[in-house]
Amino acid sequence: MPFLPVLLRTDMLLWLLVGTIAGYGFYCAARPHLAAPWKRVFRSPAAMVTAVVLAAFLIVGLADSLHFRPRLPAEPGTPAAYAVKVLSVLDLAVTHLRERVEKTYSAPFATRLYSRQQVELPDGRVAREFPRLLYGGAHLQDEAGHGADVARRVGAAALGAALAWLAIAGLAAVPVARARKRRYGEGWRALWRGETELPWRAALATLLVLMLGLVPLFALSGNYHVLGTDKVGLDVFYLSLKSIRTSLIIGMLTTLVMLPLGVLAGIAAGYFRGWVDDGIQYIYTTLNSIPAVLLIAAAVLLMQVYIDAHPDLYPTAEQRADLRLLFLCIILGLTSWTGLARLLRGESLKLSRLEYIQAAHAFGVSDARILGRHILPNVAHIVIIALVMDFSGLVLAEAVLSYVGVGVDPSTTSFGTMINSARLEMAREPMVWWSLASAFVFMFALVLAANLFADAVRDGFDPRVRVGALPEVKGAAA
Amino acid sequence: MLAYIVRRILYAIPILIGVNVFTFAVFFVVNTPDDVARMQLGAKRVTPEAIQKWKAERGYDKPLFWNAAEGGTKTLTDTIFFEKSVKLFAFEFGAAEDQRDIGHEIRTRMWPSLALAIPVFLVGIAVNITFALFMAFFRATYLDFWGVVLCVAMMSISTLFYIIGGQYVTSKLWHLVPISGFDQGLDAVKFLILPVIIGVIGGIGSGSRWYRTLFLEEMGKDYVRTARAKGLSENAVLFRHVLKNAMIPILTGAVVVIPLLFMGSLIVESFFGIPGLGSYTIDAIQAQDFAVVRSMVFIGSVLYILGLLLTDISYTFVDPRIRLS
Repeated sequence: MPFLPVLLRTDMLLWLLVGTIAGYGFYCAARPHLAAPWKRVFRSPAAMVTAVVLAAFLIVGLADSLHFRPRLPAEPGTPAAYAVKVLSVLDLAVTHLRERVEKTYSAPFATRLYSRQQVELPDGRVAREFPRLLYGGAHLQDEAGHGADVARRVGAAALGAALAWLAIAGLAAVPVARARKRRYGEGWRALWRGETELPWRAALATLLVLMLGLVPLFALSGNYHVLGTDKVGLDVFYLSLKSIRTSLIIGMLTTLVMLPLGVLAGIAAGYFRGWVDDGIQYIYTTLNSIPAVLLIAAAVLLMQVYIDAHPDLYPTAEQRADLRLLFLCIILGLTSWTGLARLLRGESLKLSRLEYIQAAHAFGVSDARILGRHILPNVAHIVIIALVMDFSGLVLAEAVLSYVGVGVDPSTTSFGTMINSARLEMAREPMVWWSLASAFVFMFALVLAANLFADAVRDGFDPRVRVGALPEVKGAAA
Repeated sequence: MLAYIVRRILYAIPILIGVNVFTFAVFFVVNTPDDVARMQLGAKRVTPEAIQKWKAERGYDKPLFWNAAEGGTKTLTDTIFFEKSVKLFAFEFGAAEDQRDIGHEIRTRMWPSLALAIPVFLVGIAVNITFALFMAFFRATYLDFWGVVLCVAMMSISTLFYIIGGQYVTSKLWHLVPISGFDQGLDAVKFLILPVIIGVIGGIGSGSRWYRTLFLEEMGKDYVRTARAKGLSENAVLFRHVLKNAMIPILTGAVVVIPLLFMGSLIVESFFGIPGLGSYTIDAIQAQDFAVVRSMVFIGSVLYILGLLLTDISYTFVDPRIRLS
């Protein structure tokens, strides 16, 4: 085989989670009563727009979660040897970004380093000047054509992106026309006027914006460092792309821990009441009363002690970093299930007093069956809303925790570590702004999209929003 | 009502015991003092003698729960559990790993923390209420819509960016205030202005949106319809009726965080070099000083529970139904 697949633990869990979500999607699609709230969600343009953005992040993150070790070139006949370094599919796709390491800082699209270096001139004298970059703009014979070259390449890439988008939009009109049993032209018009059931026009518009922004970035990244380089000369664009996986892992895997704890404790407390309720309430009030950051910090410090004491458990640096990431998810999950449990406790307290539950009791249905068949499906909307809402908070928490020093492993690329290493660059003279700006833009886009999507999901799922509060408020204003 | 408060206080005691036992288990049972000593000393200098010496200096060489070597009550009191955990109840924190007295540090460092946290808290509430009222007044218009969008956008920015951006603009670009540091007395003001503003701005997004929801919920109630029906102007309805009633959840929600103001803000204090409890905690975490982290966990829980207690008491003031039942 040309490569040896490597399954990191977080990869496995992430794919498991993605598989579960996909399975849930198919399950819902076949059942109209479960599909209805999702349809309501996606009928809002905000949900469509943010879903496209989130999908872009997810594609990058998932491509970065397929790891392998490439085979080293070897003589025929000798047993295959594999590189020690673990790469991902994303690394493979952006090899040019990963391998073109400059000496130190360089600005976006620059052709020269950002700081003076000792350079030996051809005649033997030593001068201090800004040397040309090894890779950024190396194809230019004459630096005077630099601006024109960038403009030409951006223009060409943008044109290509626009054409590709037109092709996608043209293809998207086919199913629209099919669904209406009309000719292709009418499908195209319906799409264009926003007359489709789901707001596909908004999705396509977002796609256009994304493509116009990202395609030129990718196209130019072969010749320039489009977002500059950091202190050790690594391409900031590459670091930003790598950070996405860390954020997604933290935002998603944490729910794997939080979900079972929160759901089990919450509905058990609300349904059984009595001493079960007292016990569970005691546990989560106690956990809640410890300030979250301190609890996480204490747990992470202890994890460090544990890892230091057992170095043999984690042979490679990658596995250690990966395990630390997984531990961080578990710790975040263990400290954040209490909110979900409290919500579910209240709701199942209310539900368990309703007549249909009492009827089930009267028929002699067992507790386990009542919980599974009658309580759980009726609190599912709260679970879904809580999970989607928590995602953005976890992504933000990662940055803060990494700053405090209890976040991801320093060798793991994440928005937190990017900010942490970039924060002193603002004090430099002249200032290095691009690492921080890149981390800000990528993180802001991810968190904002997640927040807006969460709002749309809440509006689609929350029965109170649907039937009560909002229309009345709107009526009152009129 | 006295019985109610006493009952709430009694309810707080098992929770504090739970926190105490939990932290003890986490800090001493999951990892033994030997592991901690090995990490503190660093891999190179580890010898069994060095570990023993390190433990003896800090009193970690005693048995965990039961000291059979001593007689009388000392079998229980001369143990790690009693010395390091039970004594927290008397607010005796002992010494940090660098041998400085934690109690003294806390007493001196809580004032800078309060000087930062109280203005952030008060100004924050005032600003959030104003902005939320503004959105509620213009509800279901473009002003409201874009206000909410602004809130969500502000929520999506990490605190770190507010701090770094604020420091860059005001200190480096405009040279208005020093970039970080602290001073005694009134001179501290110039160091505190920027952190206070940043603390307030950082909280606007989630705070205002939450208050707006409270206002809108209140506006949907029957008494508001009655007020409108009897011909009150929209202003009178909003400011005299809705605001007053919505203040109940706002204030009771704010009461719970008042005691926690002592703890200070971890990130803001460490960025601005304010010698408060927040930066103390961060330094302790970064130096892996378990004694300090343990003390701060305990104080944090005590303050949180105190906050819950104050919330319960404040309910009895604003809601007579609780007082009478």
